[in-house]
Amino acid sequence: MGMRIHIPLPLRVFTGQHATVEAEGRDVGEVLEDLMRTHPQLRSQLLNAEGKLRSFVNVYLNDEDIRYTGSGTTPVQSSDTLSIVPAIAGGNCGRC
Amino acid sequence: MALEMAKAEMERVQRHGEETYPLECCGLLLGHMDGGGRRVVVEAARMRNANTESPQNRFVFDPHEHLEKQKSARARGLEIIGFYHSHPDHPARPSQFDLEHAAWPGYSYLIVSIERGRAAAQAGANSFELAEDRSRFLEEAVVLTD
Repeated sequence: MGMRIHIPLPLRVFTGQHATVEAEGRDVGEVLEDLMRTHPQLRSQLLNAEGKLRSFVNVYLNDEDIRYTGSGTTPVQSSDTLSIVPAIAGGNCGRC
Repeated sequence: MALEMAKAEMERVQRHGEETYPLECCGLLLGHMDGGGRRVVVEAARMRNANTESPQNRFVFDPHEHLEKQKSARARGLEIIGFYHSHPDHPARPSQFDLEHAAWPGYSYLIVSIERGRAAAQAGANSFELAEDRSRFLEEAVVLTD
């Protein structure tokens, strides 16, 4: 049985409009790879040309940012949940 | 596409910008997509501007606060359909910095202009969506309802 991944609204066009999908793997990297294997159009939305997570893409394993838990090598359990959450920033650049 | 929201919710966004002036405010647009692809705001939810270096012309979401707001919205049956922020004493139009830091196409990016502490009366609130190739923002209609 796979673990759940919460998909943000703009990416559901690539998951058949499913807000939650399941994917399998022993660690975060394998789970994300399984997600992109079954939903290939997500790859370019999540990864840059070098195959790394795009700068504005945050991935949480339950409540922890995977950057602080070992990134792709973070082990997972089927009861865990991954959340894909965009980093949001901006602002007027009138004086820069 | 268009963004639909109650006048009261737009006023909440503008009040937020007035309260934080001369610093930028920011927040989430919670709601859903209607059958025609229009994004409908149910609630504009304030977020803390976590930028401490230059909050007068920059904003950033605290990522954990964002995660928690996403979870609570999901529990209430609401989606994050977009984001808002203010431009103190600058037009309600996206900057190059906004473009460089945008997330995915498919969200509404609402900007309100706050001039000398008050929500700008003319063209003071505009919404945009990111082009599919991420090269520019495209303005979308803002439909205000009673």
